[in-house]
Amino acid sequence: MSALILTIALTYAQLALAAALVLACARIMRGPRAQDRVLAMDTLYVNAMLLILVLGMRNGSVFFFEAAAIIAVLGFVTTVSLAKFLLRGEVIE
Amino acid sequence: MSHLGDLPMWAAVPIAFFLILGSTLALLGSLGLVRMRQFYQRLHAPTLNTSWGTASVILASMLMFSVLDTRPILHELVIGVFVMITTPISLLLLGLAALRRDRVKDSPDLTDLARTRRITGRDPADPAETAPED
Repeated sequence: MSALILTIALTYAQLALAAALVLACARIMRGPRAQDRVLAMDTLYVNAMLLILVLGMRNGSVFFFEAAAIIAVLGFVTTVSLAKFLLRGEVIE
Repeated sequence: MSHLGDLPMWAAVPIAFFLILGSTLALLGSLGLVRMRQFYQRLHAPTLNTSWGTASVILASMLMFSVLDTRPILHELVIGVFVMITTPISLLLLGLAALRRDRVKDSPDLTDLARTRRITGRDPADPAETAPED
């Protein structure tokens, strides 16, 4: 019974996060300006991190956390460097 | 799927609840990113993903692996704390960049206050506050 509940919840979570990824991709393609695309890519990173966490729960493996942590760090660095580029025209001054 | 059946019922119900809550909030945040009209409104939507979306998925994951291993597993807290600290920083920088670009372009999205007030918070009309000498 608990397996049934968890399977339903995990499937729902995976579908919802996949739909969230699709919506963020739609905003990346529509734009209209560069800052919208950067914001949508930040959201895309967070959603992908959550999807990997849910995947780790489904497989019962703790090794997915490292991948999720790396994705979180990369998303932060990407967003900050792109915002810095939009702000100043160069990343490292 | 064997490990899912090993979980007791008192753990499975909160895990499922937190999973559904977190993924629904993440979906709503991304929906807001698509549906809202101005960039400055859109800037607020993905915070749903990073605050309670991330927090409740992490709570569900911590609960699940702690019950499975019969010892507290706290690795996920690293991700949670990191995301909670870095999201305001990156979104603040992005908002500053958008404000600067909108001022250069003289965008109609800006209010009069946002058009005239300086980003640094200094009042240009006040003689007591001079520009930094650099």
